[in-house]
Amino acid sequence: MFRYALSLTLILVVIWLLLSGMWTHPIILPLGAASVILTVWIAFRLEIIDRDTDPLRLMIPSLRYWPWLLGQIVRANLQVASRIIRGQDSLSPRITAVKSTQKSDLGRSIFANSITLTPGTVTIRVRDDDILYYALNEDLIRELDEGEMDRRVTRLEQQL
Amino acid sequence: MAVLLDTLSWILLLAGSALLIIGGIGLIRFPDFYSRVQAAGLTDTLCSICILLGLMLQAGSITLAGKILFALLFLLFTGPTAAHALAKTAHFDRLEAWKSGDGGASSKR
Repeated sequence: MFRYALSLTLILVVIWLLLSGMWTHPIILPLGAASVILTVWIAFRLEIIDRDTDPLRLMIPSLRYWPWLLGQIVRANLQVASRIIRGQDSLSPRITAVKSTQKSDLGRSIFANSITLTPGTVTIRVRDDDILYYALNEDLIRELDEGEMDRRVTRLEQQL
Repeated sequence: MAVLLDTLSWILLLAGSALLIIGGIGLIRFPDFYSRVQAAGLTDTLCSICILLGLMLQAGSITLAGKILFALLFLLFTGPTAAHALAKTAHFDRLEAWKSGDGGASSKR
């Protein structure tokens, strides 16, 4: 608990310093410190400081997943852009489901968000390990069924 | 060095703008609600990534570039949430998806 509060404090300090840019001001700096302490205290009172919301724990393993996801986003963008130019004859939309192999809610929500973040597919509902999603095209369904994204998110989840 | 940065940010800004226009065309051209959400996803993702990265190269200071990076991260986290909320609501409201045999545009039911 103390560890998670500490890592939240650290992140808030870094964000505050970056956003304010006033690193030596004698009045603004203590005010910033006060607002960080107040925020951590409110989060503590709300009981939302736990393993799942520890920003540092999420950030470091994610650094290896994000570049791959970025590549997927670029690819999906180009595909959707070409379908827009070719018109609606190039579409064969379907609502279908994919199995997720993640164990935790956090892992599943990362997977569901990744599906939504790549254009062409959007998550509609998550129930247990079934993820219902809309896909613009059959190719996208085939790709998700191959399960590379699912495997990568599961690997990321194990490192968390 | 300055020329290189300028060229790179020009390329990024132009690519982002092109994607924005294509996304806008898709918003009109696609046949139903669900597919239009996908077209809007174009402007949510690569378009904003390109434009904000292009602007970061022109920021000139670490703090300003950092602020733009934060804006980008917030966009990338909130964009899918909004898209999901829209699609989920439409699905639970029993809006059916357009199928390839359905012919002309219609999302009004």
